[in-house]
Amino acid sequence: MILHPGALALITGAVLCFSMTAYAVVLALKIIWHWDISSSSELQLALERRTYLISTVMNYVMGFEILSLFLYVYTLDSIHVLFVGAMCATGSLNANPIGWYVLYTRIAIFFLSATWIAINYLDGQAEDYPLVKLKYKFLLFIAPMIFLDGYLEIKYFAGLKPDVITSCCGSLFSDESKKVAGSLAGLPIKPMMYVFYCAAATLAALSALSMKVKASIVKYLTSFASILFFPIAIASTISFISIYYYELPTHHCPFDILQGTYNYVGYPLFVSLFGGSFFPVASGVAELFGSVPSLREPVGKAQKRWYVVSIILIAIFVGFSSWPIVFSGFTPF
Amino acid sequence: MFIYSIIVATLTSLLFLTQSLKKEAMDVFIEAPELIVQRMSAGRHDLIPVGYAEKILSIPGVSSVEPRYWGYYYDNLTGGNYTLIARNIDALHMVKGTLPKGPGECAIGKGVADVRLTDLNDVLFLSINPQQKVSLKVVGIFTADSAILTNDLVVMDKNDLVNFFALPKDMATDLIVHVSNASEVPTIAMKIRRDYPDTRPITRSEIVRTYENVFNWRGGMALTMFIGPLLAFAIFAWDKATGMSAGERQEIGILKAIGWETTDVLKLKFWEGMAISLTSFLTGSILAYIHVFYFGAALFAPVLKGWSVLFPPFNPIPYIDLYQIFVIFFLTVIPYLASTIIPSWKAAVTDPDTVMRS
Repeated sequence: MILHPGALALITGAVLCFSMTAYAVVLALKIIWHWDISSSSELQLALERRTYLISTVMNYVMGFEILSLFLYVYTLDSIHVLFVGAMCATGSLNANPIGWYVLYTRIAIFFLSATWIAINYLDGQAEDYPLVKLKYKFLLFIAPMIFLDGYLEIKYFAGLKPDVITSCCGSLFSDESKKVAGSLAGLPIKPMMYVFYCAAATLAALSALSMKVKASIVKYLTSFASILFFPIAIASTISFISIYYYELPTHHCPFDILQGTYNYVGYPLFVSLFGGSFFPVASGVAELFGSVPSLREPVGKAQKRWYVVSIILIAIFVGFSSWPIVFSGFTPF
Repeated sequence: MFIYSIIVATLTSLLFLTQSLKKEAMDVFIEAPELIVQRMSAGRHDLIPVGYAEKILSIPGVSSVEPRYWGYYYDNLTGGNYTLIARNIDALHMVKGTLPKGPGECAIGKGVADVRLTDLNDVLFLSINPQQKVSLKVVGIFTADSAILTNDLVVMDKNDLVNFFALPKDMATDLIVHVSNASEVPTIAMKIRRDYPDTRPITRSEIVRTYENVFNWRGGMALTMFIGPLLAFAIFAWDKATGMSAGERQEIGILKAIGWETTDVLKLKFWEGMAISLTSFLTGSILAYIHVFYFGAALFAPVLKGWSVLFPPFNPIPYIDLYQIFVIFFLTVIPYLASTIIPSWKAAVTDPDTVMRS
């Protein structure tokens, strides 16, 4: 199974990310130990130069991770034909349950490394690198996740056996299923719609308010709202957005919408959701550093931009979710 | 950049070729019967009593069962293997002339016609031993479009075939089961196995899955062989990026002297890498497209196809899957970008002063 071209590409990517992160960690350790901004020694100069290298390496790793999240889902979707009973990515994941953990770690890595990039960006804006030690400590925290992710991914593909009979999304995401996915699918549609639209409106309103109001508490509240919004949106996708796309009241799978039959609508849907819920969190994290004198201006500027981007992305997400509700003839109630 | 394009072209050719073989095979299987029942004896495929058909027909959901008679014939004259099959109802229609209507007639594939230098109305003589021989009038030749299916085929009357192979009475090679509702196929296969434990029902989806696996495996295997060259390419890219010419170094020195920051130079280097990558990627993909779909993948076809005297001529159907492009992108552009990071950084942090002085 490991010889599937998609699996090979993913494993190559994982090995690259693995080695690049390991290299960055070694450099980061040196910086954490020896960093002294007031010194003008040769060592300090060399370290300052190294920070550029680590930033570049981590930007690349982050880029690769995002691409490989998509390639991973795409590969899962394309190998489902190999398993008896599988009809989409869910079946491929059930064929070897480690696949689910890869998906979870990869989503976690997406948010963590995006946060790292945001901190790194702010740090680069200030003259005196106030966040250097902090960001490298944070990097030490992300690195094990990247290692774990690569390891799990290889284990997943190595453990895939084509003769396994798996279950398709129809049984996992069904109202009768006893698992979490089943209870998400069983959520009543109408109340879920109210919750979803209220949550989206609240998040957008809070983001808009955060741009006007200086108080930190509003920004933290927005981040909190965004952290809440992400699971609500995922639950809504399973509970009602998916059934509108499939025009089938019993089909709740969040992976089928990634298929060509539904015009790959799942990709813009999930990209806008991930982006839209990340930026308010990033702004909240930035707010933590707003008190550092050299960062006051860059933080304010970045936050404004991030809130705008977030509002736009959330609007796109809500637009894509509402499109079939408004324009399709499907009426489940 | 030339090497880069060649690497991309090689890998893309491989994937295009496997993809197109896979697609062709799948197109063929769409018309294959939903369920074939073979009898097993001593772990091998054996002749099946025609009597099995009646009981299978009585399983609810089965619309019809037909016995199929076929076999392989090794031709001493040409060294090729032919597939001999008795005409059945849903026989192929891509034929010049007609299909055999009675004993003594046959329709042959383009490949058989070519190696035996036979044309319409000629006689095709086949013989296994002095007792088992047959001479048939060629009444039809399959057209080249259907070559992948019919190249080595000889379609003849059932009685001719039974006599030629000396098949025992009331025995067929296998049974084709038609099922009214496609979703009942697995259940019916299970019931057949329960009633006749000596049989092996093969469903179409099983065949399709096996082929899918085989092609993925072949493609992946070939890709694995290219990991060596890929590594060599990464080293080459690294080396190329490290060994900057004096002109380039001076350029960066000047840029930094007029106020460019290290991050700006890094950005420049990134976009430079992207430009090189995308250009090479595009050129490579186009080269691969031409290689596979205009020249029939002359370089790799032997590896991925297999070998036989009577091999169907192969004209891959132009077909591009976005997923394949994405996979190739991951296998080439990403290692390239990764291997140029450190050299670019080294270039970016150089002091303008030292560079311009040297």
